[in-house]
Amino acid sequence: MRLGNWLALFVALVLAAEIARLTRQRALRRERWRRFFKHRTTSWGLGILAFLAIVALAAPLVAPFGPGDQLGIVDLRNHPPSWAFVLGTDVLSRDVWSRVAWGARVSLGIGALGALVAVSLGTLVGATAGYYSRWVDALLMRGVDVGLALPRIFILLMAVALWDGLPFAALVLAIGLTSWLGTSRLVRAEVLSLREREFVVAARALGAKTGRVIFRHVLPNAAAPIIVSAALGVGNVLLLEASLSFLGIGVAPPDPSWGSIIAEGASTIYTAPWTILFPGLAISLVVMSLNAVADGLRDALDPREEAA
Amino acid sequence: MTLVDVRDLVKHYAGERRWFGLGRPAAAVRAVDGVSFAIASGKTLGLVGESGSGKTTVGRTMLRLQEPTAGKVLFEENDVFALDATRLRALRRRMQIVFQDPYSSLNPRMTVEETLREPLEIHGLSGAVPALLDEVGLDAAFAKRYPHELSGGQRQRVGIARALSVQPKFVVCDEPVSALDVSVQAQVLNLLADLQTRRRLTYLFIAHDLAVVRHIADDVAVMYLGKIVERAPAAEIYAQPRHPYTRALLSAVPEPNPRASKQRIVLAGDIPSPAHPPSGCPFHPRCPHPLKSERCHTEPPPLREITPGHLAACHYAEKPM
Amino acid sequence: MTGTEGPALLRVRDLKTYFVTEQGKGTARAVDDVSFDLYPGETLGIVGESGCGKTVTSLSILRLVPEPPGHILPGSVIEFEGRNLLALAAPELRAVRGNQIAMIFQEPMTSLNPVFTVGDQIAEAAIVHQHLSRKAARARAIEMLQLVGIPDPKERVDHYPHQLSGGMRQRVMIAMALVCHPKVLIADEPTTALDVTIQAQILELLDRLQNELGMAVLLITHDLGVVAGHADRVVVMYAGRVVETAPTSGLFEQPTHPYTEGLLAAVPRIDAPRSRLHAIPGQVPAATAWPTGCRFHPRCPYAWDKCVTQEPPQLETGAPGHTARCWLVTEPERRQAKR
Repeated sequence: MRLGNWLALFVALVLAAEIARLTRQRALRRERWRRFFKHRTTSWGLGILAFLAIVALAAPLVAPFGPGDQLGIVDLRNHPPSWAFVLGTDVLSRDVWSRVAWGARVSLGIGALGALVAVSLGTLVGATAGYYSRWVDALLMRGVDVGLALPRIFILLMAVALWDGLPFAALVLAIGLTSWLGTSRLVRAEVLSLREREFVVAARALGAKTGRVIFRHVLPNAAAPIIVSAALGVGNVLLLEASLSFLGIGVAPPDPSWGSIIAEGASTIYTAPWTILFPGLAISLVVMSLNAVADGLRDALDPREEAA
Repeated sequence: MTLVDVRDLVKHYAGERRWFGLGRPAAAVRAVDGVSFAIASGKTLGLVGESGSGKTTVGRTMLRLQEPTAGKVLFEENDVFALDATRLRALRRRMQIVFQDPYSSLNPRMTVEETLREPLEIHGLSGAVPALLDEVGLDAAFAKRYPHELSGGQRQRVGIARALSVQPKFVVCDEPVSALDVSVQAQVLNLLADLQTRRRLTYLFIAHDLAVVRHIADDVAVMYLGKIVERAPAAEIYAQPRHPYTRALLSAVPEPNPRASKQRIVLAGDIPSPAHPPSGCPFHPRCPHPLKSERCHTEPPPLREITPGHLAACHYAEKPM
Repeated sequence: MTGTEGPALLRVRDLKTYFVTEQGKGTARAVDDVSFDLYPGETLGIVGESGCGKTVTSLSILRLVPEPPGHILPGSVIEFEGRNLLALAAPELRAVRGNQIAMIFQEPMTSLNPVFTVGDQIAEAAIVHQHLSRKAARARAIEMLQLVGIPDPKERVDHYPHQLSGGMRQRVMIAMALVCHPKVLIADEPTTALDVTIQAQILELLDRLQNELGMAVLLITHDLGVVAGHADRVVVMYAGRVVETAPTSGLFEQPTHPYTEGLLAAVPRIDAPRSRLHAIPGQVPAATAWPTGCRFHPRCPYAWDKCVTQEPPQLETGAPGHTARCWLVTEPERRQAKR
């Protein structure tokens, strides 16, 4: 690690902490966001996510080497963490820290986009089933039941087998398309109960068209479980991607994603555990932080907490 | 001049469907079982009943917020149930509704201003939100607030303003004061009465409280298990009720007068569920009428005119208790 | 039946229950110096609208107020048969709750445990306080169901709350409360959530049970009609304080406090012809910011400068047992000058 990298890393840390702090300060003024920060862990979660997001964005600045740079095939393989290589090197003498930093882009990117696809699709199906009810609902939900019964990994394996090696976009799509089922159930339940709320009936009584009723009245009030589901969804997608990459059907080596880094380091688990430890830690940190943030979001958005 | 004419309105709710929701439904809940009445322009009909009477369902089905099972509703000569979507939407401007629960009748994510502006947007009307607020007795500063920052009475006023924003002629008031405290209730009732005079509105006032209805209704209809059991001008129904249920209802209302030696009629048993109404007269299991007979058990009494303008559904209405 | 002679069964003096609000909006002084007595065998009605503190008062008596946000201030006295309930240790307090002083609530569905049969729930109090065996307790439960007028008690004893109607559930709750023949029954809005005809049934039941068991009832309600028909004496609460205390007939015939007057004028009546109701202007203030002086002065038609600065104490009106917290008692001529 060169001085410049340390500097960039330091800036990233400070920036993340500042973001967390400032958000907290501004938020404390409004009741709802005060609830968001009620748990200590939420601030930490926010800070960690901010930090990792900045690292991902600023990978060229914080990583001294490229993800595929092999730095000395003979003598720099499997070096434990040292001042030169903060997180050590792997079996192909690549800097683990650089790989993790560059891998953040891929993993977090897939996580966010995959969750986006999943939540959008889930909301669409769930809202339709919940609002229209009767046979539309029955049909859609039975379909979801069937979908939930199918094992995801197998479906994805089939997808990979059919398309020889998935490009990034296809991977995101595939993951998204197999992850929306749970969200649709949640959204359907929420919409079902909201549909009978008096302000929704009032909107219909005023002559609002169905589109307006759904987008202006139902969905904004169903936002709470959707948002929480999205936050948790990113974590799920991340783990899924890691599993897939580990199995070799996700992001293909040598492209770094946290999952593929672990996959490549699996063979040296006893001799060079740091090659697995740090990407694994990164995944765990993100998932835990997302859970913490989701907790805060759930409290913040819960309308029952709104005092009269 | 009759503004609203409801004829044999029926609303049944289907029971649970078998075959995972794709099959035929089981037995129905007969929420509204043949209700007819007419309201003249500028008048108020009070519709009274307890839980399971179907009164709220009548209000909502009349406005076609729920599709009816059968019956006809004529509003200004328009057949409400036969209109297509566009014409129905246009008609919605003239028939509006105010809800009971001030805590769920306003969208919690919209400010008062947004809530009041929406109906104007939907129908392309011009109108000022401050004027609407003023009309219901709220300060213009309330426009920027969210529902959870308002009290129950204030929210109810916003709900009324929302209904009035489209300049309706007919307003269904679905228990608008039941959830409010006594002093606020009085304020809102006075407001509704004032608005009726000022804007020449016609009301269907749904309530479970006969005392409240007394203060605003010209005519009163009493419902029990989906049917109207008595209908008469207000003064008459309070002075000379002819159906035993109406009598029991009147006597059950606690009067704020300790000296009132009430011949209190306390009905036995619970209100039956509309899913399993009794045979014959729906009220017969609880009826305290001394002349109650086998006929009551087998033959449902029709709603018939006993004295001019006064209808009752009781075989012994000529000889009330 | 109602004797205000002899010692009071329950003496509440200077009760203050405050709540900490997290918004930093200050302390909500929900109950702010409330005093009243309850005599054996009588029904005392506590009347007020939402925000007046009547429910918190009733919860404070049995110390059921959740302690983190709320706390009962020292200096408050709640004496039951001479013992200060606020000074009792937990086991002693538990021996009083459900046994000597029982409570029923407004919403029978949420006050009954949905996963236990009604028989179990009624028997629980008997088992805990009277140490009856399961069998004896079950027999007792059936007795109680009979007492509260539930048909087929031997069958109903094994039913779950959701299998019963609202009126029945309320009867079950009454049965649960009365199993140990308490001396005091606190009924917090027992009929508010019920239909009118069912309300009449329940109120009649409470009257009958009170006569048979000779207990005192603290009837908390917002409905003046209920109080008129079923209470011997009435306490009117506003903004955390007692504003008027009187025997029922005295309160309705000679309401002294302007709030009581206002309430009576605002209640819609069946016997009155169609007319404009007399509304009390304004609304109930927030418990975090009670007005200065007399708390009712912003809404009072008679208020003058003294009312803004000095809060009146409970003053004797001259009629027996009738006090009011209003300067009009000492300066009755001000009543002519209505604002």
